[in-house]
Amino acid sequence: MISMIPRKHIPLSLTLLTPTIAIILTLLFGAGIFGLLGFSPLGSLYTFFVAPISRPDQIGDLFVKACPLIITATGLVFCFRANVWNIGAEGQLVFGAIFSGWMALSFPHWPAMTLMPAMIVASIIGGIFWAMIPALLKVRFNTNEILVSLMLTYVAALFIDWLVRGPWRDPMSFGFPLTKMYSDAALIHRIDVPFVGMLGQLHWGVVGALILAIFGGFVLSRTILGFQIKVMGDAPRAGRFAGFNPNLITIGVMAIAGGAAGLAGMVEVSASMGQLQPNVSFGYGFTAIIVAFLARLNPVGVIFAGLIVALAELGGDHAQIALGMPKVVTGVFKGVLLFMLLAGETFNRYHITWRHPAPMPGSREQ
Amino acid sequence: MEALMLTVLLTSVPLIFAATGELVAERSGVLNLGVEGMMLMGAVSAFAATAIVGNPYLGVLAGAVAGAMTALVFSLFALGLATNQVATGLALTIFGTGLSGLVGAPFVGGTIEGLPNLAIPLLADLPVIGNLLFNHDFMAYLSIGFLLAVGWFLRRTRAGLVLRAVGNSHDSAHALGYPVLLVRFCAVSFGGMMAGLGGAYLPLVLTPHWSEGMTAGRGWIALALVVFASWIPSRILVGALLFGGITIMQLAGQARGWVVPSQMLSMLPYIATIIVLVVIARNREFALANSPACLGRLFIGSK
Repeated sequence: MISMIPRKHIPLSLTLLTPTIAIILTLLFGAGIFGLLGFSPLGSLYTFFVAPISRPDQIGDLFVKACPLIITATGLVFCFRANVWNIGAEGQLVFGAIFSGWMALSFPHWPAMTLMPAMIVASIIGGIFWAMIPALLKVRFNTNEILVSLMLTYVAALFIDWLVRGPWRDPMSFGFPLTKMYSDAALIHRIDVPFVGMLGQLHWGVVGALILAIFGGFVLSRTILGFQIKVMGDAPRAGRFAGFNPNLITIGVMAIAGGAAGLAGMVEVSASMGQLQPNVSFGYGFTAIIVAFLARLNPVGVIFAGLIVALAELGGDHAQIALGMPKVVTGVFKGVLLFMLLAGETFNRYHITWRHPAPMPGSREQ
Repeated sequence: MEALMLTVLLTSVPLIFAATGELVAERSGVLNLGVEGMMLMGAVSAFAATAIVGNPYLGVLAGAVAGAMTALVFSLFALGLATNQVATGLALTIFGTGLSGLVGAPFVGGTIEGLPNLAIPLLADLPVIGNLLFNHDFMAYLSIGFLLAVGWFLRRTRAGLVLRAVGNSHDSAHALGYPVLLVRFCAVSFGGMMAGLGGAYLPLVLTPHWSEGMTAGRGWIALALVVFASWIPSRILVGALLFGGITIMQLAGQARGWVVPSQMLSMLPYIATIIVLVVIARNREFALANSPACLGRLFIGSK
């Protein structure tokens, strides 16, 4: 009989080993899928995961692809640590783009020194605004934040669609659903690396994303706020006895996640698009959930996890062009990766054996 | 008017299937957020089977089997390895959305012959309600049949009692010798089959083609319906008809030339879901009276 005994101590090696094994198993699964589709498994894996990053500028592009994922996932880590299931980051990202877009389109003559900070603040407010709906409803009425935040994602997508086709459409766009181009002050510029030059599309938003993730790691591990969040997630009863306010924590982590997602929306539009369009996000809000789990809910780990998942996304594009493989293969990869990570979590937390455990008097799990 | 009411009924059928299945899974204490993914797998399998073999009834079967198979993946992880149910359900939706797109890629753009209407003799000839209620396809009848059967099963049978016991207190049920994981496995598989059937209804009856992500959030609305129904099967019918009505309102609105932008009308089902969730949650006693106490909690078999 299989028995699962909780580990008292989780060694660091295991913490690092499980995501690695999860990735390897996902790759094996992927090779199998490629084989089934009639592609050469090894060749496809190469096309998917090696070819897209074989030049320096492509590595720059990898960071660009990872940028919105890292920003969004950093915020989500706070939610998931507190056991608040915000899965509507996609909608919050869209609202960040809308709010910052309003700034950029309303004040195109402002210099970058004022416009850029204004847009950043606006995007954070936009994301928080959209995240506060599920947060306040949960705190006030005990509604399910999973369902509410997800429904709001659909609403946000329809709302931006209406904006760019209706009131915000550029009259000169020949009927295309696009707003006016942002002024130069509203754009995030590419980085001119000394001695190297431009690296693909590498832009300043990437630097911001890396700083944000490290700052997030600091807040979570070194501040009283981070401590409260972790306690409320792991042992809500203990948290309540300690006098932590669960409602405030819920609102706080939702605000962090919403603000981060909103910021990601602003960065994505200002750095890569230069104007609002019906699709400002390509499922980044959902993909960021996987990134957060791959990082084992650690903000600094989010950087590496974001790069790995971004590689899968780039690989999907590349395989579509090079091999004519359907783009949705990436989705299968992402789902399998999340499954493997969750299974790894179990192996991490429990010692799994095949014999029946000896009864331990007085010790019960939960 | 009659045409409109017919559309409302048809739109609610996939929701009835998926929500009834999820209700059974949740009553056994398992929160499976992968409904959307299972529905998509059901939809693509039903379309593929019908397109290849040419018989829509085989499509129904394929949808049911595909849904149950997808649920098997969930069971393997969430029950077998006791992974977090919320995250595992999300993974299932991501996985199902991707895999259905992959399987369905060759079928994009094709059309199939959907399920024919089967008029019930005599009853279908009744004035007004005859055509409305007794002249439908096989799956519409099936959905009502399943709904009644589930209501009876949960309330009147010993097995239903065991299932509820497992959902309310898995430790007690385990101590009494009931196979907690087996019961949950069966409930999740049933939920998957029903989600698959709900998905199958989309290409077989509503729109005779396949497109990526064609469920458009219906799986999530089905999850909300279970909360709306406060875990009582008969209330699913009310909720599904309500949502069917709201979904149809956008079409009716456009037909009558309302000046509201189409996007605003398309938002209605999602906003209505949120409002309904709030209204239900406000009355805590009503909302939680029948909620399974162990919903979403992990069960470690050998403690």
